[in-house]
Amino acid sequence: MGTPQPTTPSQTVGPFFALPGALPWSDGPLVVPEGTPGAIRISGRVFDGAGEPVPDALIETWQADPDGRFAHPDDPRGQSSAPATGHNGSAANGSPANGSAPTGSAAGRDADASTGGLGAAGWALGHGLGFRGLGRCPTDPRGRYSILTLKPGPVPAPGGGTQAPHLDVTVLARGMLQRLVTRIYFPDEAAANDADPVLSSIEEPEVRAGLVAVAEDGGLRFDIHLQGADETAFFDL
Amino acid sequence: MPDVTDLRLPFYPTDHGSHPEPGFEGYGSTRLRTPHRPLRVLPQGLTEITGPVFGHDRVAEADADLTRQHAGAPLGERMILHGRILDGTGRPVPDTLVELWQANASGRYRHDGDQHDAPLDPNFDGGGRCVTDSEGNYKFITIKPGAYPWRNHSNAWRPAHIHFSLFGRAFTQRLVTQMYFPGDPLFGQDPIFNSVRDEAARQRMICDFDLDSTVPEWALGYRFDIVLRGPRASVFEDEEH
Ligand SMILES: [Fe+3]
Repeated sequence: MGTPQPTTPSQTVGPFFALPGALPWSDGPLVVPEGTPGAIRISGRVFDGAGEPVPDALIETWQADPDGRFAHPDDPRGQSSAPATGHNGSAANGSPANGSAPTGSAAGRDADASTGGLGAAGWALGHGLGFRGLGRCPTDPRGRYSILTLKPGPVPAPGGGTQAPHLDVTVLARGMLQRLVTRIYFPDEAAANDADPVLSSIEEPEVRAGLVAVAEDGGLRFDIHLQGADETAFFDL
Repeated sequence: MPDVTDLRLPFYPTDHGSHPEPGFEGYGSTRLRTPHRPLRVLPQGLTEITGPVFGHDRVAEADADLTRQHAGAPLGERMILHGRILDGTGRPVPDTLVELWQANASGRYRHDGDQHDAPLDPNFDGGGRCVTDSEGNYKFITIKPGAYPWRNHSNAWRPAHIHFSLFGRAFTQRLVTQMYFPGDPLFGQDPIFNSVRDEAARQRMICDFDLDSTVPEWALGYRFDIVLRGPRASVFEDEEH
């Protein structure tokens, strides 16, 4: 037990995080490996207050597994017993997501750098069942990001009740001195979304709707508007 | 299965006073990238108090030595950068991923977007990572980055800095920051550094020269401890009332 300490301040991620061996991992967008049964692609674009795409943002997602559990010592329910597809580290340096997945602002000179991925570390997360919980994708020149994941199960809510399936999202970019936090909900969960305590706490229906991904082209689309009339709901966490 | 609402979960209090003003005026790029609406409340639940657990065996030791990623040694002042990752209770955060990235000794990033008229170094990429040990310690070997100009205001220069990314053990603890060097004459004109309005908090972004870890005839030592939020023990009930 130590002495309580004030935290180290946040600073912007800046424009140059996409160096070889730095934040973009070649397997970052793969919360589950390519070909995982039931995997869904969540894609979208990030826009600034002028409606222009943000080409230098980093999107990170964190979520429960399909049983609504977390492979983490502070999840008192323990690990999920239902294994996802088997997987090992061999694909770690493979190509990201698919042909259309953005590779971010490292594209070009650094795109072929073998150091661009997290090596095998990307797959060492969680319970090693092929589900990582964490997704990470830089936006491309058109502001696009994309992750491949499994839909999480419902999660117990603080104070009782249930939260609808959701992903927590971190947005980092040049011009942002602190990260922004938002959530992605699922369009096929209308009843659960209606009962979700976080969604219900948002009074404006259009802002609430902005946190629900849109079914599109066999996947889900979730756009993020940093500012302006369509501004996404961001959370003080 | 225990009822999760009966159990004590950690709670990570926010330390607002330590952090920058999100729309800090002096930093021009904040203007279109800062939300106008107030942030909304997100009670800390299981999604927020958990986070990725990283394995040790999966980050290569070489990933923490930025001076050995190429055939030759990079130019610049070699440095050993080490410290501890702690939480707000002062306890170490073991087994957490530490990522860093930086400009080379000339103040140039290996990135297409960096147009600074300074040379790239063929022997330096500028990215590194490691996982903390059981006592929360991390250590990198790198070179001291150079200052570099940017277009935020007339004759604007970033003080020499190294970018850090930390996960901690919970989504609430995620932190991206920058580490600065003692006595940098460029602090006064840098809006990113000064976006942290609290003087004591700004000092917490500056590393210390560390003679103890300096290796004779080889490299200077610097120490930089990073403190993440919380936790304090709590129960869901307390959050609600
Ligand atoms: Fe920088």
